[in-house]
Amino acid sequence: MAEMTFVRPEFRVRIDREACIKCGRCVHQCGWGVYHLDADDRPMPDHSKCAACHRCVTFCPADAITIEKNPLAYKESDSMSSALRKAVWRQAETGGVLLTGMGTDKPYLRIFDHLLLDACQVTNPSIDPLREPMELRTFLGRKPDSIVVGYGNGDGGPPKLLTELDPQLMLETPIVFGGMSFGSVSLNVHRALAMAAKASGTFMNTGEGGLHADLEPYQDNIIVQCASGRFGVHADYLQAGAAVEIKIGQGAKPGIGGHLPGEKIDEQVSTTRMIPQGTDALSPAPHHDIYSIEDLRQLIYAIKEATGYKPVSVKIACVHNVAAIASGVVRAGADIVYLDGFKGGTGAAPTIIRDHVGIPIEIAIAVVDQRLRDEGIRNRASIVAAGGIRSSADIVKAIALGADACGVGTALLVAMGCHVCQKCHTGCCSWGITTQRPELTRRLDPEWGAERVSNLIRAWSHEIAEVLGAVGVNAIESLRGSRERLRALGLDQTTMDIIGVKPAGVGH
Amino acid sequence: MSARGLNRFGEADRRSARRPYGGLPAPGSRSSDLVPRPAYTAEAEERILGGCGLMGVCDESGGRMSGELALRSMSSMHDRGNGLGGGFAGYGIYPDFPYAFCFHMLFNDDVAKDDTEYYLARHFVILHHEPIPSKSVRGIEDEPILWRYFLEISDERLAETQLSAEDYVVHSVMDVNNHIKGAFVASSGRNMGAFKGVGFPEEIGEFYRLDEYRGWTWTGHGRFPTNTPGWWGGAHPFCLLDYSIVHNGEISSYGINQRYLEMFGYKCSMRTDTEVVTYLFDLLLRRHGLSVEIACKALASPFWKDIDLMEKDDRQLYTALRAVYGPALLNGPFAVVLGMGEGMVALSDRIKLRPLAAARMGTTVYVASEESAIREICPKPELTWMPRAGEPVIARLEDGVNLATSAAYNAVA
Repeated sequence: MAEMTFVRPEFRVRIDREACIKCGRCVHQCGWGVYHLDADDRPMPDHSKCAACHRCVTFCPADAITIEKNPLAYKESDSMSSALRKAVWRQAETGGVLLTGMGTDKPYLRIFDHLLLDACQVTNPSIDPLREPMELRTFLGRKPDSIVVGYGNGDGGPPKLLTELDPQLMLETPIVFGGMSFGSVSLNVHRALAMAAKASGTFMNTGEGGLHADLEPYQDNIIVQCASGRFGVHADYLQAGAAVEIKIGQGAKPGIGGHLPGEKIDEQVSTTRMIPQGTDALSPAPHHDIYSIEDLRQLIYAIKEATGYKPVSVKIACVHNVAAIASGVVRAGADIVYLDGFKGGTGAAPTIIRDHVGIPIEIAIAVVDQRLRDEGIRNRASIVAAGGIRSSADIVKAIALGADACGVGTALLVAMGCHVCQKCHTGCCSWGITTQRPELTRRLDPEWGAERVSNLIRAWSHEIAEVLGAVGVNAIESLRGSRERLRALGLDQTTMDIIGVKPAGVGH
Repeated sequence: MSARGLNRFGEADRRSARRPYGGLPAPGSRSSDLVPRPAYTAEAEERILGGCGLMGVCDESGGRMSGELALRSMSSMHDRGNGLGGGFAGYGIYPDFPYAFCFHMLFNDDVAKDDTEYYLARHFVILHHEPIPSKSVRGIEDEPILWRYFLEISDERLAETQLSAEDYVVHSVMDVNNHIKGAFVASSGRNMGAFKGVGFPEEIGEFYRLDEYRGWTWTGHGRFPTNTPGWWGGAHPFCLLDYSIVHNGEISSYGINQRYLEMFGYKCSMRTDTEVVTYLFDLLLRRHGLSVEIACKALASPFWKDIDLMEKDDRQLYTALRAVYGPALLNGPFAVVLGMGEGMVALSDRIKLRPLAAARMGTTVYVASEESAIREICPKPELTWMPRAGEPVIARLEDGVNLATSAAYNAVA
């Protein structure tokens, strides 16, 4: 029997007993162990285990299940809310740090939702994306200030490029997949993402868990990550990807490391990460060979040497001093700065860090872009914005604020069935996404997942093209950094000054 | 600015609008027939957008044509403007000072003039200065003080600043425009000048006595600013060094073009998108050393679907051009005519959302918003064509015509 607890269940599982055909499917579908069958084969729920992930609801053939919020009333207190009371009770019971998954669920100001886009009327025509080309192709990497063009062999022949460009990542749409490690998500998720990246002309990111051998056919569309735990990092791994990302920090948990519990380290994960089966995979908070910016420079160039100078991306969490940090990262030789805002997702993080540390991605994009321009080095690195990108509208606004492309993670998982129950850290994901339990991971068909993700990227790309047409440009680079095409509604003056956006009602 | 004095189409009354260029008021016209126009000091509060008419003519052999030609061509496109801005640029018009940087200045008042002269005397050798000749034309009023200065830079100043003469001039122009209140540099090139103001182009041409100048290249412009009143400095052409731009359209990518230019030290102070076109040409042609053809392909680039089908060398070149110069891509509807020391270039946007016609007669190249404006001054050209979207029309002066850009002079310099 469970210990006595003050924490009452968050949800109530309601079963329509007349409709129920007692097939037992709910018992099998639930990864949380909510159901058991009683003597009459009736499914009986344990409400306290329910995560409202809707797996049982979706698969009940009789449509007999619904999940409700527990209507239990708490004496009102805006200050000591019921959620806070539950947190105290939980900690009083365990003495532990509260853990959670995914991005913060706190109602912080969402700046994206206070930004409005421009459109053309009369003086400049809008462009119809169904009839005219709309170009979303994006290059990530270091660009020179200028190029040199020669003509023949100096004899006035046809023009020829004389400048050798650093290698670039070519994206057919300004979206990359955020890093999600094998271990935190299942191998089938990685397979689906790799296929979708290839089909969409973009890149998936391995996260810090290494690259499973099955993904090698997709290596042209994969960015491999090198994080503080160095899991699965070896020479072949670095060379396998189209680019390498050094993960310094993660938006959801700036300043801390990672902890993949031993339960999730099965044989496959163990082989890929190069750690013993069943041991906890602990990523240190800092890289123990990076204690300052000059150390980062060494690692960047060590990786460049090891990979024949592939692009190196540096992923940093958006913290208060992000502009200066990003500038240092660019000067240290990074080709891409991957900014991860504080609303970004995670497989597991202490709730206090997820909900209270960092700054929003909108502000980080704006200050980093401006800082790099002020220093005249904006072209030396591309900015990828992630951590709180929820829709194509967010992507368009992020690009107008100054990002080259956006990183998306949570939305891809949602496309594959995730219902944002925020319990990734438990390893019980009924949708087979953030789990390694074979009976659960086999639920996700990689090809089905890849098609869903590809559809989402295609749909978003069409929507981005619609916006471009409305603002009267036919190439994404003409909107990039064009804050003139944004207006703020309901933001305070200081925030508007910081992000360089005028209030709605002010013309050009 | 209210719409008082405008008819219901927001234009000047047609009785005054239809009269032949410049000159006396039409019989029976009243003062209320005139377009209400802001004083020079009434600078636009906001960025100026608009549709317009433009023309350009260049004799590649260096034959010098009267400014009256440009004036007449523009007057045939009267209805493309609304009387809130007109202007011209002429090249080869100052044969007495072929190597001097000529600053055409607009001053609000004597204080601005004094301050500017103090600045110019400190930074340049003033070879000659004089008022820009003008005459009284009905409809043109509240004109600023118009003065021109022929300037040289001493070797000591160049050595001190470690700048090229061109960069030195660019810094000075940015200084005057941004730091001297009420002073505005209309043009700053060699053997060229801009003549612009608030009025219909034919009025402006008459006012500046354009028929008294002879040049090998002329460009002209009539404005139809849409959301703000025009001001003298805001009329086209926009000039920097030998570059002058007349522009019809709106640069929808203005926001990023401006921020890109700021990274290279350009300050966009005039609140009009045409300014960025001028600076982009300066950056690509002069500072990055790209050819006119390549620069045009950066500003109005081919589509990826076409680049992907090119042969390897071209594909590499155009891919790099777009990857590196993406922020310089001019997007949105435009047709521009660039006047330059070496000749003239006309360019439309990559899907040609603004009109541009071209013609050739012997060594003379004509471009205009309307073919009629070409035929007004060249009734039977040998060749007329509609340039394709993003395809530049280039007129190149023979070497030696323009002394300041001649190979021999620059080899020594």
